Amino acid sequence: MNFDDTPQEAAFRATARAWIDANAPKQYEEELRKSSLGRTQLRNANILEVAKAWQKKKADAGWACLHWPKEYGGRGSSPIERVIWQQEEGPFGKLSHMFIIGHGMCGPTMMAFAREEHKRTYLPPLASGEKVWCQLFSEPAGGSDVAGLRTRAEKDGDEWVINGQKIWTSGAHYSDYGILLTRTDPTVPKHKGLTMFFLDMKSPGVEVRPIKQASGASDFNEVYFTNVRIPDHQRLGEVGDGWNVSLTTLMNERMSIGAGVSTGFPELFEYCSSLMLDDGPAIDDRAVRAKLANWAVKASGLRYTSMRAISALSKGERPGPENSIGKLVAGSMIQDVATYALDLQGAAGVVSGPEDAEVAGRFQAMLLRAPGTRVEGGTDEIMRNIIAERVLGLPGDIRVDKDVPFNKIPTKGRG
Amino acid sequence: MNFDFSDDQKQLRDQARKFLTEKCSPKAVRVVLDGKASYDKELWKGLAEMGFLGVAIPEEFGGAGAGHLELCVIAEEMGRANAPVPFSSTVYLAAEALLIAGSDAQKKKWLPAIASGEAIGTLALFEGKGNPSPKNVKLAASNGALNGVKKPVADGAIANFAVVAARTGSSGRENDISLFLVDLRAGGAEVKSLTNLDPTRGQAEITFKDCKAEPLGGIGEGWSILTQVLDRAAVLCAFEQVGGADRALEMGRDYALDRIAFGRQIGSFQAVKHMLADMYVSATLARSNSYYGAWALSTSAAELPEAAAAARISATQAFQHCAKNNIQVHGGMGFTWEFDCHMYYRRANAMALGLGSLTYWEDQLIDRMRKKNAA
Repeated sequence: MNFDDTPQEAAFRATARAWIDANAPKQYEEELRKSSLGRTQLRNANILEVAKAWQKKKADAGWACLHWPKEYGGRGSSPIERVIWQQEEGPFGKLSHMFIIGHGMCGPTMMAFAREEHKRTYLPPLASGEKVWCQLFSEPAGGSDVAGLRTRAEKDGDEWVINGQKIWTSGAHYSDYGILLTRTDPTVPKHKGLTMFFLDMKSPGVEVRPIKQASGASDFNEVYFTNVRIPDHQRLGEVGDGWNVSLTTLMNERMSIGAGVSTGFPELFEYCSSLMLDDGPAIDDRAVRAKLANWAVKASGLRYTSMRAISALSKGERPGPENSIGKLVAGSMIQDVATYALDLQGAAGVVSGPEDAEVAGRFQAMLLRAPGTRVEGGTDEIMRNIIAERVLGLPGDIRVDKDVPFNKIPTKGRG
Repeated sequence: MNFDFSDDQKQLRDQARKFLTEKCSPKAVRVVLDGKASYDKELWKGLAEMGFLGVAIPEEFGGAGAGHLELCVIAEEMGRANAPVPFSSTVYLAAEALLIAGSDAQKKKWLPAIASGEAIGTLALFEGKGNPSPKNVKLAASNGALNGVKKPVADGAIANFAVVAARTGSSGRENDISLFLVDLRAGGAEVKSLTNLDPTRGQAEITFKDCKAEPLGGIGEGWSILTQVLDRAAVLCAFEQVGGADRALEMGRDYALDRIAFGRQIGSFQAVKHMLADMYVSATLARSNSYYGAWALSTSAAELPEAAAAARISATQAFQHCAKNNIQVHGGMGFTWEFDCHMYYRRANAMALGLGSLTYWEDQLIDRMRKKNAA
C-alpha cells in the first residue's frame, strides 16, 4: 500500500506539471482556488472566455481530452494519466466545467455511434473547446423517468423533423451542438421507441430560453424545437435503439473519475478556525467540533474512496462500484454544511451580499445552489436505486408502464 | 499509486475468511453468548496455529514477522465472524504496547506466548466512567506495587497479564502517568467478571492490592506510549468494525431478497432499498478511511494520529448504522434472540466504547487536524 507514482507515472506528472507551470493563466489562480459551489464567476473577466482560451492552449500542446484517441483531438493517454493531469491542473481544472458534458458524455457517444467522417469533423473542435456541446435528454414530462420523453422525430425523406421541448439543458445558451434523444415511435413501450441524433444548435426552429434558478443564476435552459430538420446521417445508432445509445453516454460518465466532488468541508473548517464566538474561537466549541468531525470523516472517506478507484485504474483494472456514492454523499453534505455555516453567524447569516456578508457570502451562495446538486445528474433517490440495484443486487422497481405502448401511458395525476 | 492491499494480503484475507467460516460459525459464537464458555478456546488455539495471533510480531519474538497490513486484513475477518476471542485486547493492545515500549526481556517473555496462544493479554486503563485522560488515572504505583481498581477491563477475567496505566506523579501533567506490566496470575490482582452489553467479549473489574508490577517503558512516559497504542488499536479495531458492518449489510440484503410481503420481495420497496443503499454508503466511507489508517499505521507516517481518529469515527458509525438497520430490515424476527442480528448490534455498540467514546474521538480528530494546520 503506497501513494507513490510508478516511474512512468512520475515522468508523466513531471512533464504535465512543467507545462502547466509555464502556461496556465496564473492571474486567476487565487480566485479559482477560492471559488466554491454557487460562486464560480471571475471578478474582472468572463469565465467562459478564460475557459475557452485555456482549453485551446491545452489542445494546441496536446493536453486536451487526454484519454481520447489522437486522431479525434486527444492524447491517447491511459486513464491514470488523465487522473494525474487533473491532480496537477488543480484549480485551473475548474475552468473545464463548461466542457464536462461535451467531453464526458457527447464526445464518447459520438465516438461510439457517429460515422467516421463526422468523428473527424466534429470531435477535434469539441476537444479544443472551440465548439461547445450540450446534452438534450430531460423533458418536462421526463426527469428521473427520462425514457418518458415526448419530443417527436418524424421521418421526411432523408431528414427527420423534430417537434417538442427539452429542459434542464446545461449550457445550451452557449452550445454549438447537442446530442438529442427523441421519440420516433409512440406505439411501442417507452424504452423501445427512442432514437438519438446530434444537431447544430443554430438550426432553424431551435429556441433556447434560460431558466432562472432558485439561486437567481441561470445555468440551465429550456430548449424548444419547432419543425427542426436533422439529416438522417446525423442519427446516432439505429432507429428505436436510442435508449441503449443513451446508456452508453451515461456509462461513460461513470468512468470519469478524479475530478472530485465538492463537499464544502475545507471551506467550513477554514471558517471555523477563524470565526470568534461569544466564548472564543468556534473550533474550540464542543458542539462545533462534533459537527466538524462528522463531516471531516465523510469528506476524507470520499477522498480515499476515489483514491481506491484511481489505484484500480493505475493497475489497469476497472474501478469498482464504490465511486457511485460520491454525488449522493456530497450533495446533501454541502447543503448541510452551508446551513450550519450560516447558523454559526446568528441573525447576520441572513445577509448575503458579498460586500456585507461573512467570507464574502460564499456560504449563502452555496446554500442557494446546493439543492440543485441533489437533483442534477440523477436525484438522491435515483442514486440510491442505482446503488441498491446495481451494487447490492436488489430487485428493480416495479414498472407499471414497462409493457404498455407509450401513447397509452397515463399523462395526468389528479384530475 | 497502489492504495489497496497486495495480492498476497488479499490471499491472506481469503484464507482467514475460509478458516473463520469453518471454525467460527454463529453457532460457535452462541456458545459464548449463552455463557457456556468464557471464550472460544478451540478457536483461539486454531488462530495461533494459523499464525494469525503473531502475524505482526517479529520472528525473533515468535511471530510471523509480516506486518500491520496483514493484521488489518485478519482483523476485518475477525469482525465479520464476530469472533468470541480476546483478539483485540491481546493483539492490538497488549502486544502493540510491548512492541512499542517493552524491554528485550519483556518482549521475550510475553510476545512468543501471545503468538503461540498461551498468553492472553489486555490493557487496564479505565477506572469507571470517562474517556482516556491522564486525570482519570487514579490507580497509584509506588515501590513497584500497584493499588487501585480498573474497570471495565476487556477480557480481564481470562487474561494472563495486563498493561496497567498508573499514576506515578501529581504534577497534573501527562508525565504523571506510567505503564506497568502485571502478571495477573502471580497474586495481588483480584478479578471479577462484569455483566456487559456484548457477552461474546468479557469485561472485568480488577482490584490491585500491593500488586507486584514492573514498569513498561520509562516512568512518566506512560501517556505518550498509551496514545500511540490507542491510535494503532483504533485502526485495527476499525477493520473489525468494517468487517462487522459489511456482514450486517449482507445479512440485511439477503433477508430483503428472501422475505416476501405484500406479494413482493421486501427488497423491491424503495423504503427498504434506500435504507440498504445508505448502509452501503457508510460502510464504503468507513472502509476507505480505514485503508488510509492502515497505510499510516504500516508506514509509521506522521499522519497516523489524524488517520486513526478518522478511521475510528467512520468505522464506529458505519458498524452501528449497519447493525441497527439490519435489525430494522428483518422486522420482528431481527429482534429475537434466535436470529443473529443482535449479536452484531451488541458488538457494534460495545466496540463503539472500548477505546473511548465517539465524542472523545471526534474531539481528538479536530485537535489533530488543527495541529496539522498550525504546523
